[in-house]
Amino acid sequence: MEYMLMIYGDEAAMQGRSQEDIGQVVGAFMAYTEAMKTAGVLVASGRLRPTSTATTVRIADGKTQVLNGPYAETREQLGGYYLIEAPDLDAALSWASRCPGAAFGTIEVRPIWQM
Amino acid sequence: MRRGSGDACGTAEAVVRRSYGKLVAFLASRTGDVAAAEDALSDAFAAALAEWPANGVPENPEGWLTVVARRKIIDAGRRRRHVDDAAAPLLLIAEELEAVNIAADIPDERLRLMFACAHPAIDPAIRAPMILQTILGFDAAAIGSAFLVAPATMGQRLVRAKTKIREAGIPFRVPEANEISERLDAVLSAIYAVFAEGWSDPAGAETRQRGLAEEGIWLARLVASLLPGEPEALGLLALMLHAEARRDARRNDGDYVPLAEQDPALWDATLIDEAEAVLLRASAMGIVGRYQLEAAVQSAHVARRRTGRTEWTAIERLYDALLTITGSPVVAVNRAVAIGESRSAEAGLAALDAIANDTRLAAYQPYWAARAELLARSGDAAAAALAYHQAIGLESDPAVRRFLQRRRAALPVN
Repeated sequence: MEYMLMIYGDEAAMQGRSQEDIGQVVGAFMAYTEAMKTAGVLVASGRLRPTSTATTVRIADGKTQVLNGPYAETREQLGGYYLIEAPDLDAALSWASRCPGAAFGTIEVRPIWQM
Repeated sequence: MRRGSGDACGTAEAVVRRSYGKLVAFLASRTGDVAAAEDALSDAFAAALAEWPANGVPENPEGWLTVVARRKIIDAGRRRRHVDDAAAPLLLIAEELEAVNIAADIPDERLRLMFACAHPAIDPAIRAPMILQTILGFDAAAIGSAFLVAPATMGQRLVRAKTKIREAGIPFRVPEANEISERLDAVLSAIYAVFAEGWSDPAGAETRQRGLAEEGIWLARLVASLLPGEPEALGLLALMLHAEARRDARRNDGDYVPLAEQDPALWDATLIDEAEAVLLRASAMGIVGRYQLEAAVQSAHVARRRTGRTEWTAIERLYDALLTITGSPVVAVNRAVAIGESRSAEAGLAALDAIANDTRLAAYQPYWAARAELLARSGDAAAAALAYHQAIGLESDPAVRRFLQRRRAALPVN
């Protein structure tokens, strides 16, 4: 099965960190990504730029609206994702628990609808 | 050799009752789909009721039901494939299922099913109901009435939980050694919840509730037999056996009898002996846990049947250890009661005062009842009356309510 690991965290706190701290976190994420590749579970991954760069689009009354900003203002924001292939939820949860983001935020694990 | 058709319906029902959980576990652990396994099994059961009276009971009724249920799952998989191609993986699984050779003995995979039902990804409140339904075949109405939830609501929650198992890919497996203690705890507390629902009706006035206590013990026996090296599984079984042994002594003509006033002659010696033997086996493994300690408390209480006196000092120490492990306010109340017996009423009251700020205790009847008893013993009748009043208002069991009212009435007038 495929699972999406979504990394939520307080991006303001992240931005407030020292350069050295950020370097450590980025290094940890790179090692984590490598481990996933080596284990053959990684399908795709990405780190999102902050919500200040977000733009939302929706169609209301037949008119396309483009708005500056994220979908919703929340305390923690989606900062990145891993799409992985795992035999079951326990395997996916085990990967999620190793994610460096779990130490400062929350990882939401969702199964992908099988097509 | 086939038996006559006369008792075919009875045999079909007996096989389903005995083998329900085993067959659901066998089918569900291969498809990941609990609801589909249950549906297929109920279709197979209907087929048995139609065929067995006419053609006789097959030699291996369990195997017969499994083969028919498997066929139903495969058919359902094929039908779904016509509707949408998304069912293709299911079809693959169904074909795998077909390839499994059904020997004379269906492997017992109930433990795996229980671990799926009590998975951390499943809402804790629905774990015990799920185990009741999938292992024992209880319907949503029976489970709902046991847990004081409307049957329709309970039905929806069960459906949602089974959907989550299927769609989130919750595995049917016994966890590895490094995670088993935490995961086993969820299974044990679900079984304990089953038992506690039955225990809440000590008079056994409601046969369904009484049945739940017995089913809880049955489940605990099952887990203890499948995981004989897990001391906490044995501890839970010992705890339940101890409680069950005193069932008849808890009531006298419908009136509530507190443990300290029970007649040991009314305790079931066979169950107590079994409980002690199970607890001894658990403690020999050298890993203490919550259920073993609770069982040990029971053990210290029933020592009275031999010595004539309750080992309150031992009980106090056991509750000390339990409090360290659980931090539970319920344990803290029991510990205060033990202190009230082993030392003095004032010492017990001081232990209660130390936890009085816990807001969870405001609506906890045993806290107020304990407080009332200790206040009465320390000579403060007015405060005791107030505490009894609070306890009476919080109690739902009429027999216990009457007992508390009598205690309050017996207070000296001041």
